[in-house]
Amino acid sequence: MTTEPPRGAEAPPELVQLLTPEGERVEHPDYDIDLTPEEVRGLYRDLVLVRRVDLEAVALQRQGELGIWASLLGQEAAQIGSGRALAESDMVFPTYREHGVAWCRGVDPVNLLGLFRGVNHGGWDPAEHNFHLYTIVIGSQTLHAVGYAMGVQRDGAVGENGAATIAYFGDGATSQGDVNESFIWASVFNAPIVFFCQNNQWAISEPLEKQSRIPLYRRASGFGFPGVRVDGNDVFACLAVTRKALADARSGQGPMMIEAFTYRMGAHTTSDDPTRYRLADELEAWKLKDPIERVRAYMFKNRIADQDFFDAIDAEADELGRDVRKRCLELPDPEPLAIFDHVYAEPHRLMDEERAQFAAYLEGFEG
Amino acid sequence: MTTLTLAKALNEGMRKAMEDDPKVLVMGEDVGKLGGVFRVTDGLQKDFGEQRVIDTPLAESGIIGTAIGLALRGYRPVCEIQFDGFVFPAADQIITQLAKMPLRSLGKLKLPVVVRIPCGGGIGAVEHHSESPEAYFTHTAGLRVVACSNPADGYTMIQQAIRCEDPVIFFEPKRRYWEKADVDTSAPADDWTPFDRARVVRPGADVTLLAYGPMVRTCLEAAAAAEEDGRSVEVVDLRSLNPLDIDLVAESVARTGRCAVVHEAPVFSGFGAEIAARLTERCFYNLEAPVLRVGGPSTPYPPSRLEDHYLPDLDRVLDAVDRLFAF
Ligand SMILES: Cc1ncc(C[n+]2csc(CCOP(=O)(O)OP(=O)(O)O)c2C)c(N)n1
Ligand SMILES: [Mg+2]
Repeated sequence: MTTEPPRGAEAPPELVQLLTPEGERVEHPDYDIDLTPEEVRGLYRDLVLVRRVDLEAVALQRQGELGIWASLLGQEAAQIGSGRALAESDMVFPTYREHGVAWCRGVDPVNLLGLFRGVNHGGWDPAEHNFHLYTIVIGSQTLHAVGYAMGVQRDGAVGENGAATIAYFGDGATSQGDVNESFIWASVFNAPIVFFCQNNQWAISEPLEKQSRIPLYRRASGFGFPGVRVDGNDVFACLAVTRKALADARSGQGPMMIEAFTYRMGAHTTSDDPTRYRLADELEAWKLKDPIERVRAYMFKNRIADQDFFDAIDAEADELGRDVRKRCLELPDPEPLAIFDHVYAEPHRLMDEERAQFAAYLEGFEG
Repeated sequence: MTTLTLAKALNEGMRKAMEDDPKVLVMGEDVGKLGGVFRVTDGLQKDFGEQRVIDTPLAESGIIGTAIGLALRGYRPVCEIQFDGFVFPAADQIITQLAKMPLRSLGKLKLPVVVRIPCGGGIGAVEHHSESPEAYFTHTAGLRVVACSNPADGYTMIQQAIRCEDPVIFFEPKRRYWEKADVDTSAPADDWTPFDRARVVRPGADVTLLAYGPMVRTCLEAAAAAEEDGRSVEVVDLRSLNPLDIDLVAESVARTGRCAVVHEAPVFSGFGAEIAARLTERCFYNLEAPVLRVGGPSTPYPPSRLEDHYLPDLDRVLDAVDRLFAF
């Protein structure tokens, strides 16, 4: 096999960055952002709190309280930046790792834990939060998102008071047929959608080279819409780029793809052992690009916050962690007969029959 | 004899098949360096290289579609679908192409493709990781469908599936991957039970339990428990679902007069229905009771905290045995 870089991969991709890993603000010709100190503090708080919830969830899994957990560690900026760019009427279609976006949409973290604990399959009301259920089958949700956006379009909600739809997916997902079909549909129907790809460099054990020989954002142009690569560990850039893409979608300019270039700092899930397939050096290099540290450095340098502020956020995070843990442990196991609930929207003879049989069977043990 | 887990037995079986035939390829998501999420392909890429053990892009339709192409070019691909619930993106390639292309060619083309699917529940997983989709595939003519239940069969059946000229859907009970047993890796292949044959794994006189994959062990435990109540329970491991070894099954049921089919999949339109219908045809005058089916409720697989209620267990099987005697 050749060691040459594949054709088409030579040109260095341009990365939109507004805040360097050292916490320096930099300019970009196409994207800018003007944040008040209050807004910066808000973003920092979001980043710290979602990381704390994530850590708590990992700990809960280790203690046997969750079946599994998919950590967002390292991807906080991509999720908070894009999540805070959303308007209330925008609709989100997440994967299973979008805990930070869920946070921005006001979904109680304990709801997320319920799925991973195995008490439900999600169960929050997507319409209440404009945040769809987590989708585990890789890529499926991108088509749902496009269909939803086509509905928005047919409702006339494009233009001045338009609403956008955003589909989240990973680098691995870009290989799925569904995702490629969703690009085609979005393009052909000029759907008001943003494709937000978190390229965290890995799909379980497979590095990006197993999915693509060109930078992912460049795929978009072949489908007929723009693509951009953003520093996924830069919350300012993620916010700015997503804001612009959403605004364009809402106003009728059609789809756009954002590739948030980031890194999965943890294991794929708590069941995974990344030492089997990746080197520690890579992790060390990405540690220097931490999404939270750079905001903190920026805030210090620009006196946007003092030590008291940081201490207060840390305390709030600890309190949140405690609260989430407590409420997770209190989640009741569902009743056995709940197996038959919500399978159909309308009464269903077979469900009734099997529910009754099962109830009788369970009663046999009580007698 | 060596003691192997089911995962390791399958691994050794594939290794042997790859040594025996340079055309055998292994392909799937994370099968290379990681060795698969269940480690069933552990070490194969290291020993056979990336040309023969292929970490594919994340696309199941692509895995099966390209496996068909490789088979057309003379290779024998062994595809891993990471979890049961993720075989559906490949359903089109399996059902419309893999199953039917040989027929379209009037037999000129053969597609010796194996599709390995870790199946079933019991591991506390999230949605789509605990399914039992066998009936979709047994309903598709052109596919052979088999399920191994133990390490010894894992070792031989995977090799037989790879040698078979037909496409084979190969179910592996994921919750049994870590269970160990003695495996005779030196027995010549001619001595192996053909992989389309069922096997009596525990002889008995009063009732027959039919199972495959993960439920074989559950049935064996139930049979042991029933013996304490003075009931002699025969357990048959079907091993092959399509074709079904109906002769062996009918012989057993004609002898015992009572039968329950046990599977994790939902009962309604499940594989048990086919067996029950056939036994009614073959053993009508020998039956002391209707053939019962023990399986999952006809609902989607529940969240893991409920899976112990969903999955047939010792009590559910014994309950069926009681009902067979009470009829
Ligand atoms: C259709 C399908 N195939 C396989 C899987 C198993 N699986 C779960 S996550 C994953 C990798 C996903 O990688 P990527 O899209 O990069 O997202 P990330 O997990 O890195 O966020 C795989 C193969 C699945 N969930 N769905
Ligand atoms: Mg990824």
